[in-house]
Amino acid sequence: MSDTPRRQRITVEDIGDIAVVQFVDKKILDEQNIAMIGDDLFRLVDELGRRKLLLNFSNVEFMSSAALGKLIRLHQRMTQVGGKLVMCAIAKDIMTVFVLTKLDKMLKIVKDEQTGLNSF
Amino acid sequence: MSERHVTRDFTLPSDLSEVHRVQTEIEEALQSNRFGDSDVFAIKLAVEEALVNAIKHGNQMEPDKAVRVGYTVTDEQFSIRIEDEGLGFSPADVPDPTAEENIERPCGRGLLIIRNFMTSVDYVGRGNVVVMFKIRDPEPAE
Repeated sequence: MSDTPRRQRITVEDIGDIAVVQFVDKKILDEQNIAMIGDDLFRLVDELGRRKLLLNFSNVEFMSSAALGKLIRLHQRMTQVGGKLVMCAIAKDIMTVFVLTKLDKMLKIVKDEQTGLNSF
Repeated sequence: MSERHVTRDFTLPSDLSEVHRVQTEIEEALQSNRFGDSDVFAIKLAVEEALVNAIKHGNQMEPDKAVRVGYTVTDEQFSIRIEDEGLGFSPADVPDPTAEENIERPCGRGLLIIRNFMTSVDYVGRGNVVVMFKIRDPEPAE
């Protein structure tokens, strides 16, 4: 294992049994970055046993289709383990991408964090 | 003609880290030509998807292959031509990522995004060149 400290890409706040995840970066783009964010998110589920994830996108201004792929895999994983994934506070322009790709029908997306917390 | 008009032609190595530099450069040119936030978002996203496709799927990340990029920004529109050295492809062969049987597939959404966020998109040559443009929204929403 490398001794190089990894840059923090997400922050996690526990509110009851819900893990509320904020993204540190405003842009979720390149594959290496997306892979590391994915690793952190999957670790919450697979190693820390979290079953309720609320992803807060309020800090995110830009993301590519590669990030969508990672969210789909996370959704699939949460379904496999009987958990629930909710996303909130998605910027208007980014939301158009979810609607265009019809992922708004597959993923649970709500307006804000409070609505997200109430949806579990 | 405005003095802010920008035309650039250059070659990129098949390195995904180069994409961000191009995006930043284009964003500055768009903003200086009064493109609104939604137009800038749409163009940056389409350019991101097209360049990643060229580097990853076209050139297969091979370091001896390059991507040629030429773009123009005026206060009326943005246009770009991206050419990779790959074998090309037929857009018609790409499955619809919104079809029920494909919706859970983690990839394949780039072309859909490009088509919907740009005014016009064409694949030319053997399918290794994409030419696209977007007309500036003259009255962008706040």
